[in-house]
Amino acid sequence: MSHILDISNISLSFRDKLILSNVSLEVSAGEFFVIIGPNGAGKTSLLKVLSGLQKAQKGTVTIKDKNILNYRRRNLSQIMAIVPQHIEVGFPFTVADTVIMGRSPHLGILGMEGENDFHIAEEAMKFTDVSHLTDRKLFQLSGGELQRVIIARAICQQPEIILLDEPTTALDPSHQLKIMDLMEKFRREHGTTIIMVSHDLNLASMYGDRVLLLKSGRVVKTGDPKSVLNKELLEDSYGCRIQVDESPLGGVARVTPIPDKYLHNYD
Amino acid sequence: MNTPIGKKIVLTTFLLGTVLILISIIAISAGSSGVHFWETLAILAGKTNPDSATATILYQIRLPRVILAAFVGGSLALGGLVFQALLRNPLAEPYILGISGGSAIGAILAMLLGLSYFPGVTIFSFTGSLLVLAFVTTLAGTTMGNTMLSRDSLLLGGVMMNAFCAAVIMFLISMTRSFQVQHILYWLMGDLTTMQKGQLPILLLVLPCFVIIFILARPMNLLLLGRETAAAMGINVKSIVMLLLVITSLMVSIIVSLSGLIGFVGLVIPHIFRLLLGPDHRLLVPSCLLGGASYLIVCDLLARVLPSSGELPVGIITALIGAPLFIVLLLRSRT
Repeated sequence: MSHILDISNISLSFRDKLILSNVSLEVSAGEFFVIIGPNGAGKTSLLKVLSGLQKAQKGTVTIKDKNILNYRRRNLSQIMAIVPQHIEVGFPFTVADTVIMGRSPHLGILGMEGENDFHIAEEAMKFTDVSHLTDRKLFQLSGGELQRVIIARAICQQPEIILLDEPTTALDPSHQLKIMDLMEKFRREHGTTIIMVSHDLNLASMYGDRVLLLKSGRVVKTGDPKSVLNKELLEDSYGCRIQVDESPLGGVARVTPIPDKYLHNYD
Repeated sequence: MNTPIGKKIVLTTFLLGTVLILISIIAISAGSSGVHFWETLAILAGKTNPDSATATILYQIRLPRVILAAFVGGSLALGGLVFQALLRNPLAEPYILGISGGSAIGAILAMLLGLSYFPGVTIFSFTGSLLVLAFVTTLAGTTMGNTMLSRDSLLLGGVMMNAFCAAVIMFLISMTRSFQVQHILYWLMGDLTTMQKGQLPILLLVLPCFVIIFILARPMNLLLLGRETAAAMGINVKSIVMLLLVITSLMVSIIVSLSGLIGFVGLVIPHIFRLLLGPDHRLLVPSCLLGGASYLIVCDLLARVLPSSGELPVGIITALIGAPLFIVLLLRSRT
């Protein structure tokens, strides 16, 4: 199977602090790939390196058989869209303004959108169920709505890869599932590769084709969710007691961090 | 959904362009020796031949001055718009990076040396602002390397630059004999009275700046979302920011060297149009250009005709009208 994204031996440090050390991974086209790991493990940095926003000091990032350094930013953005962790809502852009910005890497020098671009934006808004919000300002939206708008913008970019940085962290369970189901559905319909950084181990378990566990800038393990979401590996990486068992949904692992007051039940 | 943005741009540009032309003709007509609006129009169109005194007043005095006011107002408004987007700070204005301070020191030095207003003061002031620009771009270049926080260091660098220059200006003024002080103060408040017909070609130098800024209007929209998001949507952030910084600063330097420090236009005009038209720079760039031009022509007209004798510095009028106007719009937009 061909790899759409290939990372080999990436190392990154800021001043003397090592952020990523010898990280390698391959992602196949159409895969749902989840990066997990404790705070400060380097997940976001890894996402920045593989999106070209941050240059690594060592190692190479290859996207569609071409070194990321040889891409122009514009061409890279035609292949890859990013849903960032923090979203700027200070300026009064409307939902429609925001979504159509996703067309940017496809527009000509004056940056004027045509009928086709509006059509694509409309479809993207329909897909993420934000069409009724078209004329709202971003700062008037709830967290879940805002996240769906930003995903619509990413979809509007018509990328082959979508990177998501903790897209569900601030959302309630229903919105978490809505976002994840959207991504899953989009991938099924378009064969888009999804790479997501998440703190939610159960979402990783339920949605990921493969999971990468990162700790202190090093890859602990990459593999299918069941093999990575392993009690010993997780307890060692996160530094807390964790129970892993079979989810009642069947076929997937369920991860439960154990608070101190329940430890006696557990041991 | 929306009407395509192109239509909106054409419509707004047409409306504001018409306003600008009408205001220009009124400004050329009005003054101590008034000419009727239609007569001015006929003279400018070449239909009527005016007597030589009227011709001198219209062509040699008022027309150059209106053109200068238009270029200065448009450039300052545009400069404010760009810096507000670039620094993502609503208080930004064209002078925020210290360009004003540098050119003021240059201008004051030239006046103290007894140089003529043109080309002496102009050249000195332009040189002063270029030195500041060189400093600021070096600062931007060195801080942009790794961190994405450079807009704050750029802003702080500019504020420090302005504070430092202000101290030098105070020092120079305190060392100056009284009869020169008024010249210096008028220059610091902005002065459109010194325009001569021969200086007009210099203004053409800012035209390419307008074009480049318009082309970069869409990237500016994306820059508002943050540098990483802009990069993720295909913007080469480093070169775009640097290009905007240099182009805008050059434009402002040229303008300031001809007109002195006219305040407030660059702060208030972008905000007014943002309130009226929203945050899309493809619409804001032409609007600020034409709106800023019209606004300064009106202010300059009032500065000329309001006092019974002499003139007011135009910088007084820009703030006297602009601040209340902005507050009214702000209150209306909240309701």
